[in-house]
Amino acid sequence: MAYQWDWQVFLQDTGAGETYLDWMMSAWGWTLAVAGSGWVIALVAGALIGTLRTVPSKALQAFATAWVELFRNIPLLVQIFMWYHVLPAIFTPLRSLSPFVLVVFALGFFTSSRVAEQVRAGIQSLPRGQMMAGSALGLTLPQTYRHVILPMAFRIIVPPLTSEAMNIIKNSSVAFAVSIAELTLYAMQVQEETSRGIEVYLAVTSLYIVSAFVVNRVMAFIEARVRVPGYVGGGK
Amino acid sequence: MKKSLLILAAALMAAGVAQADTLKKIKETGKVVMGVRESSQPLSYTLGSGKYVGYHVEICERVLADIRKQLGLSQLTVEYVPVTSQNRIPLVQNGTVDIECGSTTNNQARQQQVAFALTTYVTEVRMAVNAKSGITSINQLNGKTVVTTTGTTSVQHLRKHERAGGIDFKEIYGKDHADSFLILESGRADAFVMDDNLLAGLIATSKSPSDFKIVGEVLSVEPIAIMMRKDDPAFKKAVDDSIRNMMKSGEINKLYDKWFMQPIPPKNVSVSLPMGGTLKAAIANPNDNPMEAYAKK
Repeated sequence: MAYQWDWQVFLQDTGAGETYLDWMMSAWGWTLAVAGSGWVIALVAGALIGTLRTVPSKALQAFATAWVELFRNIPLLVQIFMWYHVLPAIFTPLRSLSPFVLVVFALGFFTSSRVAEQVRAGIQSLPRGQMMAGSALGLTLPQTYRHVILPMAFRIIVPPLTSEAMNIIKNSSVAFAVSIAELTLYAMQVQEETSRGIEVYLAVTSLYIVSAFVVNRVMAFIEARVRVPGYVGGGK
Repeated sequence: MKKSLLILAAALMAAGVAQADTLKKIKETGKVVMGVRESSQPLSYTLGSGKYVGYHVEICERVLADIRKQLGLSQLTVEYVPVTSQNRIPLVQNGTVDIECGSTTNNQARQQQVAFALTTYVTEVRMAVNAKSGITSINQLNGKTVVTTTGTTSVQHLRKHERAGGIDFKEIYGKDHADSFLILESGRADAFVMDDNLLAGLIATSKSPSDFKIVGEVLSVEPIAIMMRKDDPAFKKAVDDSIRNMMKSGEINKLYDKWFMQPIPPKNVSVSLPMGGTLKAAIANPNDNPMEAYAKK
């Protein structure tokens, strides 16, 4: 029996005085909010930890390595459950936080370990001479990082960061597990309420594609604007 | 080797061409595929290592035994395929699963896509609360948090009720039933809205069953039935006839007692849910009415 399409399902009332289309737009908003907030945390924490992995201090290196290994080696879904169910049971002040904040931290820290590795790789790809040149000019170590090393490293790692930014949009789907009404939860719930799973999943898939593709284009624009002439494809 | 490939090809072609003739397919291949659920206690669930049991699984096994006799087959291989809320309807439609024995609600939207056998279970959607909370009615949910499981229709009924009753509550979703119950248990939600049999099962197997109780109005009455492909009247008749016989002989009451009133594996705890009036009526007067027919009463 051929499948009978019914796209009008999105105009139906959910029972709460809004249509399934309204709900889907709100779900899309939650997906972007989770991914966007998570990305800010991932970039800030990732830049810091990635840098610490390359500094001379053994103690700071050890801390940064521990951070990366901890957050990179535990599955994301498990981390989400740790933040939602386990940590609030141990540290009671966490109970007052909304699931949104908890899931943003879980997703942000998970992604930060991956960003940190990219930052480290970017820094280590630079010739040792750049660090020495900074010292020779009389810059302190933080100044050398701030003015010489990091601006170069970040330009080099824009392509892997693009992938990571697209990944965080897709990874935000695990937020459904702790009751964030984002696109995946929407798809699972609405296909059950309407019995129109194929239409619902196609619509949600398109929104994921659009979101990730927009991130891809924005990052490509940034990549082109910050390119160092004569360096890593900058000569084009 | 070549021969088995030929048989496989024939089976695939049979599945493709004679999709709407399940009896013929079963007779030719000597095999039937039963869709089952991993954790729809006590209707259909797994004991691990590929073993599936439950009230609906057992009914289906008896139905298939009758069909085997009807077709004159000396033996019939039953292949169990676990399905989920998301994929059960497409898998039945495309012929991967011949008969789905899980916990599927028979409603009008689904009847456009699949067929349902006679109603063999009726569930009532209610809520579980902490026994000390003092909540006894939906109207007390104003300003409260209500949990339900993602991919179930329970909260949809509550939403309609909410608008009609002018109350306002926050809805949150658990990943699965165990998760939703954990959310209720840990105090993140004040009520868990779900099918009564699932609530009873979760409470019975919880750490302290006396801490929770099922309260409140019946939000919806849902006929649960065995699901098959649409447009295959011969197969539906065979399944329905077998179920009707079980209803006449009182066999179905024995099965109900076994799965709902007696201790069941794996924990050997009883769900303790006596048969409701709606199901008694459905057994006395076998029918395949959708959910919408129950609401009209």
